[in-house]
Amino acid sequence: MMAFDSLSAFWAMEGHGPYVWVCYGAFVLFLSGLALWSRSRRNAVLREQRRLLRLEEAGAPAQAPAAASFSRIHPS
Amino acid sequence: MWTLFHKFGSPKWFYGMANKLMPWLLVLGVGLLVAGLVWGLAFAPKDYLQGNSYRIIFIHVPSAFLAQSVYIMMAVAALVTLVWRMKLADLFVRSVAPVGAVLTFLALFTGAVWGKPTWGTWWIWDARLTSMLILLFLYFGVIVLGSAISDDKGSARAVAVLILVGVVNIPIIKYSVEWWNTLHQPATFKLTEKPSMPPEMWVPLLLSVLGLYLWFGWLACYRMQTEILWRERRTRWVRDLVQEGGH
Repeated sequence: MMAFDSLSAFWAMEGHGPYVWVCYGAFVLFLSGLALWSRSRRNAVLREQRRLLRLEEAGAPAQAPAAASFSRIHPS
Repeated sequence: MWTLFHKFGSPKWFYGMANKLMPWLLVLGVGLLVAGLVWGLAFAPKDYLQGNSYRIIFIHVPSAFLAQSVYIMMAVAALVTLVWRMKLADLFVRSVAPVGAVLTFLALFTGAVWGKPTWGTWWIWDARLTSMLILLFLYFGVIVLGSAISDDKGSARAVAVLILVGVVNIPIIKYSVEWWNTLHQPATFKLTEKPSMPPEMWVPLLLSVLGLYLWFGWLACYRMQTEILWRERRTRWVRDLVQEGGH
């Protein structure tokens, strides 16, 4: 059984709605933010590694100057 | 025993193992979390004293619970780093410290928002709230210290020492509601006693705690894999993996 009679009662929660919804919103926002941020780091690491591998195949030294710019993204 | 220990500590073995575990952790974790939260939000009965604001408990308690558990796990990993110099332990610490910080922040934030309609104030400087704030600063310290030292081994040891010193804060958080007078209510779950809530309230809470744990397990595996891909980038197996377009 749902604890509320109507959808508007569910939103309002007898005046406590804003408090409750802000918390649930923050929770979803921060957790999905963590997941997305982790994925973008994964992609950055993979991109950089593919680039290093390509450079190596082309005969350039593995530690090209661009490695320094990558340290700013800070994969570790 | 020692061969098992070394196998377990090998990043390559961990990478493959994590790949197998992660789909389960993600599906089960998100499933339990959604079930627990929807139940708590819409179906659990309202609290006779606090009204509907108590529904914040279904995210406040899991966040706070995990914020402390993550710190304890980091402390165990820190010990392993110092004693056995296991790479994987330091990888774990680096990967989960930001997650722990976010969870601690969420616990503080939802606590403040819950405090307003319940206690009439967003914040008080009492023992429970202050010790949680210190936990947040400890997480920040671990993250900053780890990135400030460029030498991998040196920073692993420095971070491990900081974490172990900070462990003293954990029992303070736990017992703060018993040692000092506080507005904060006592622990919701105790291992030795039956919960003081009816099952329609504590079952969804338990589901969301378990769900968040499993979800954290997934995220920790994923972030550790990324960390492994970077730190082990010069090894044969990582090169092959990257070249195959692996994930």
